[in-house]
Amino acid sequence: MRIFLLILVMVSTSQVQAERIIHKEKSLYRNIVVRESSNRRCLVFAVKRGDRNQTCISLNDPDRVVFPYARMTFSGLLLQPKPDSILVIGLGGGTMPTVLSRLYPKATIHVAEIDEAVVRVATKYFNFSESENVRVFVQDARVYIKRAGLKKITYDLIILDAFTGDYIPEHLMTVEFLQETKAIMSDQGVLVANTFSTSRLYDHESVTYESAFGTFFNFKMPVTGNRVIITNGGQLPETKLMQDRANKLAGKLRKYAIKIDNFPRHMKRTKDWNKKARPLTDQFSPANLLRDD
Amino acid sequence: MKNSINTLVFCLAFISGFIIMSIELLGGRILAPYFGSSIYVWGSIISVFMISLSVGYLLGGKLSTRDPGLLPYGSFFLLAAITLVPAIIYGDTAMDAVFLRIEDPRYGSLVASGLLFFLPVAILGMIAPYSVRLLVENTHHSGQVAGVLYFVSTIGSALGTLLTSFYFVLFFEVNQILMTMVLVLVISGFSSVICGKFLS
Repeated sequence: MRIFLLILVMVSTSQVQAERIIHKEKSLYRNIVVRESSNRRCLVFAVKRGDRNQTCISLNDPDRVVFPYARMTFSGLLLQPKPDSILVIGLGGGTMPTVLSRLYPKATIHVAEIDEAVVRVATKYFNFSESENVRVFVQDARVYIKRAGLKKITYDLIILDAFTGDYIPEHLMTVEFLQETKAIMSDQGVLVANTFSTSRLYDHESVTYESAFGTFFNFKMPVTGNRVIITNGGQLPETKLMQDRANKLAGKLRKYAIKIDNFPRHMKRTKDWNKKARPLTDQFSPANLLRDD
Repeated sequence: MKNSINTLVFCLAFISGFIIMSIELLGGRILAPYFGSSIYVWGSIISVFMISLSVGYLLGGKLSTRDPGLLPYGSFFLLAAITLVPAIIYGDTAMDAVFLRIEDPRYGSLVASGLLFFLPVAILGMIAPYSVRLLVENTHHSGQVAGVLYFVSTIGSALGTLLTSFYFVLFFEVNQILMTMVLVLVISGFSSVICGKFLS
């Protein structure tokens, strides 16, 4: 046992030593760090109480989507297998828009990212690039979505993945925000939101999504503390149909390490949260305080 | 009698300091749904509060030269309460209008926070210099009196910031907190007016 621990310590320290910082910058909103080890490069939003990797890419296998939560967000394709227009909130390293643009070269992909520095870093270090079909808007997501609503722009697939070093900004978690987002979903539109399944906030967040969208799929995988919410704002498709779609998509997604055919059985309709929790609104959204309880 | 007036003035200055910062902090919450929570939204709010307060200081100082007393002093609180109510009731309408007309969220948030907060905060700003006038008995002590007054009202501001951001938002809706502020301002105003009548 001791020897095992010793080896474990040696292995982990050697990994730490092998990791080096290749870029560091203080942006308007956060400290951005890019770390690289022998086979991985990660984007980190540094906060003192525990750095959180936003995105990692594998240097040996650049196509591979490294994080389980990032793979899980592709579950939206089971409800909307042919999105022509996609909106991604929060760029990070650009994994989602990059993979989606390869899967759907003709689709229009818009990204709202508040921090210009993140766009620069994603482009320089994470193989992200803008093109005719992929555009980034450096804007607060709330403002972007409200304006899109006024201009009557709609999207077939919307992915909410706006994370700071801490959690999701409070004004992007309220019923009003979700209603504004719902208003820019096309008739066949689907929303995918990446959230955490730990802490008391889980109850509040679940109730909030429920009051804006009615039912949704609650998607959790054993390997991660993330919970992905998937909804079309109406009747959810049967598991059988999703499994068929998953089997068809599985081949295309294999090289990105997204095992989508495993997803449908983990996408639950059961409400495993406290239904009496208070929904978050623009008037009441102490979300990041609730998270610590 | 002078002592009880002083106590009242210090209490009310504390309350005004508390309320100013509580409103400023909630301003961020109120503007976020329309203009986001980017750094420039805070820039707009803080600038508007500073401008409003500076205008208030000027006006309050000027008014204190004309027959100063607890009656006009109390009316500042009542006026601040009255001007804060539209920000609560018509805030969304005003921000909708600004959002439609101004695309740039920097100027949008600047105009919106000006519309919502300029009047009540300028009136609250009148309280500090006016308080000094009510407290000062002779020029010899004026600096010391001003020092204690700033101490009291700024401690109020610190507490207003802290309690609002740590606790109030955890239990209450933004508008509930603002309505409570209105109520406290009304009570403060009337207590000053009543004391003014009673003591004169």
